[in-house]
Amino acid sequence: MSTTLGLYNYWIVIFLMMVGFYVVIAHGNLIKKIVGLNIFQTSVFILYITMGKVADGAAPILDDSVTSYSNPLPHVLILTAIVVGVATTALALALIVRIKEEYGTIEEDEIHSQDESL
Amino acid sequence: MLAATALSVVFMRDLFTIVMLFGIYSLLSAGFFVDMDAVDVALTEAAVGAGVTTMLMLGTLALTSRKEKAHRKPASMLPLAVVTITGLVLIYGTLDMPYLGDPEAPVHQHVAPRYIEQSYDEIGLPNIVTSVLASYRGFDTLGEVVVIFTAGLGVLTLLGLSGDSPHRARPAAMAHHLVLRVITRALIPLILIYALYIQFHGDYGPGGGFQAGVIFGAAIILYTLIFGLTKAERVIAPLFLRYMMGAGVLIFAGTGVLALLLGGNFLDYDYLAHDPLHGQHYGILAVEFGVGVTVTAVIISIFFNFTGRGDQPKEEER
Repeated sequence: MSTTLGLYNYWIVIFLMMVGFYVVIAHGNLIKKIVGLNIFQTSVFILYITMGKVADGAAPILDDSVTSYSNPLPHVLILTAIVVGVATTALALALIVRIKEEYGTIEEDEIHSQDESL
Repeated sequence: MLAATALSVVFMRDLFTIVMLFGIYSLLSAGFFVDMDAVDVALTEAAVGAGVTTMLMLGTLALTSRKEKAHRKPASMLPLAVVTITGLVLIYGTLDMPYLGDPEAPVHQHVAPRYIEQSYDEIGLPNIVTSVLASYRGFDTLGEVVVIFTAGLGVLTLLGLSGDSPHRARPAAMAHHLVLRVITRALIPLILIYALYIQFHGDYGPGGGFQAGVIFGAAIILYTLIFGLTKAERVIAPLFLRYMMGAGVLIFAGTGVLALLLGGNFLDYDYLAHDPLHGQHYGILAVEFGVGVTVTAVIISIFFNFTGRGDQPKEEER
């Protein structure tokens, strides 16, 4: 397999990761930052699942007619990570709601300027 | 496709559009996971990413503002430069990575072959993911359930324990849509049954406590959206949910302690019955049930808190 095809998935992962990273550092809106973090998170999921893939392998559910399975370990790790991810995202969103109630805005620079004027 | 969707998230300023795009993005990645043979993961991602996360983000939007602020500082090149350089370094790093699907890759050499070859003899379940999740790495999973439980507690603390004071009864935003009402009535029992199937069939096919909990939670969220929070809280009391959050963790840990008392190690299910295989079965069922209970309770109570916070009924389609 050529280098391009073999590594294509990793490059997509890196691209997604960088998009998420960019959103987090370049945007001031807190909700958008959370979406960026989630994109970053998903790219890590894709990285793990990609590593678990075996060519011609089947889903890791045992069956007599199948000889080769994909690696189940990354699946387990990512499965729980997704659910933990939604729980932590909910926590972050709850924080944002509280920030909005206290400051009346969810833009980072406005929050900073309010802090300084205190 | 994934890349294009992610990119459009950057350029959109309307937060509502962004959240919807993010739902699409999650659904696409779920499809990708199926392609990569990770059926359990795909099930979770579809239910969590495309369903619950989107709902929660919409809930937040309803409580905050919909538009990103239009004014921007003169676009700084610094973030873009940082991102590009990091990306290039990472791509350089991938040149040493094994190619996609290479069976000789280091990931496949360590414990994975043992799970694949021996888990059926040791655990007796065809779904290796479930075996690893609930038995071999049960301790990790217990930790993750506790994390979810803690996040649920955090949301309750931040957004106030709204269940304590009877908040003003609000008209259900969707109650007047006859079509929605009828369809929801028909759908919810099916979703609930499907969740139970996922819960208890997770040993044999894709599924398990995490996915079932999320799907169960989604059914209740759907009910809340259509019939209003007041009615939903009459179906499932918030106080009951709070007890269930703790109960799930206790079921999980209790199974571990029971194994300890019966002479094994913590979470060593071999000792739960006379036959180790049966013991593993009981143990995994109990543990998955605990996971399901906690995840369901946390998801529903998080959603109740977000909804209960709003002053005016929010406008959401779906």
